[in-house]
Amino acid sequence: MAIFSVYVVNKAGGLIYQLDHYAPRADTEKTFSFPLDLVLRPHDERVVVAFGQRDGIRVGHAVLAINGAEVNGRFTADGKDVLEFLGNPANYPVSIRFGRHRLSSNEKLMLASMFHSLFAIGSQLSPEVGSSGIEMLETDTFKLHCFQTLTGIKFMVLADPRQTGIDALLRKIYEIYSDFALKNPFYSLEMPIRCELFDQNLKLALEVAEKAGPFGPGS
Amino acid sequence: NSELFTLTYGALVTQLCKDYENDDDVNKQLDKMGYNIGVRLIEDFLARSNVGRCHDFRETADVIAKIAFKMYLGITPSITNWSPGGDEFSLILENNPLVDFVELPDNHSTLIYSNLLCGVLRGALEMVQMAVDVKFVQDTLKGDSVTEIRMKFIRRIEDNLPAGEE
Repeated sequence: MAIFSVYVVNKAGGLIYQLDHYAPRADTEKTFSFPLDLVLRPHDERVVVAFGQRDGIRVGHAVLAINGAEVNGRFTADGKDVLEFLGNPANYPVSIRFGRHRLSSNEKLMLASMFHSLFAIGSQLSPEVGSSGIEMLETDTFKLHCFQTLTGIKFMVLADPRQTGIDALLRKIYEIYSDFALKNPFYSLEMPIRCELFDQNLKLALEVAEKAGPFGPGS
Repeated sequence: NSELFTLTYGALVTQLCKDYENDDDVNKQLDKMGYNIGVRLIEDFLARSNVGRCHDFRETADVIAKIAFKMYLGITPSITNWSPGGDEFSLILENNPLVDFVELPDNHSTLIYSNLLCGVLRGALEMVQMAVDVKFVQDTLKGDSVTEIRMKFIRRIEDNLPAGEE
């Protein structure tokens, strides 16, 4: 799974489409007895591991489920505060699932708008006129590729750093957008894309791009 | 094959004539519909043709006549009658696929049968930040020898520019 996600951002910076294409990350579920040897603390709306890394449970992992029931932010499925629950010896032994917190749709919306603004700043910083804007953002775990069309829509693909052929993939996604989103008369421009055919064809294109692989035709 | 296309367009225009009764309203509706087509068609055009941004109106004229018309209607109009300021030109269409087999009756003498095309051009160019005025000045359906579309550049649309275009 070398292509992680696809984001489509409209002219105003709003996220109109998002697809996550990676296998669910490995969560770790373990049974614990009192006292808990991990240090937990609240962070935003979640309870995360602050210290005490072991057995696949890393610092920064969030509490995802307790005794099989998914937690709701800082509260268990039945409404009790997670930290209180885990501080009470009567509730042990308890089985807790830890894992990396997945981005919620609101967070994705915010990140997309933020990227839109960064993109604009990037173009303004350019010493030459008519800069293409940010084309790639590189980290050690992924590369974010961005393509802005002449009409202002941005297509972003997050992929493995070794994945090639992303430029061609971005152009292909533009074609798929112009076909299955725009040619659908019931789709309104600039609005969230909720077209099944777009989803299906996009997933197909991602699979084709992945099969071509890091050693496939160059980007 | 273009017969279904010609028939579909014909059915559209005649239905509009029935619905609106006066030619002026029909012309407006055709322009509106064309506009809605144009704003979507531009993305398809850009995705498939891979043309870059045009930096002056002459480039735009070339791209419209030689690439866009060819791609969508299979014809290549010629570009003539440039205004001295370079902001107006005419597209001369020897044949117009929309009007194959069409004759305008006397009671529809002010109908601009192919007005959809004006809307399409206007909508498409608006999405690439160009405000233009498009109208038919000659029409073979009205007895002229050629069909002539006049395109005038009004201004560059400065609000909502994509980043990097300022």
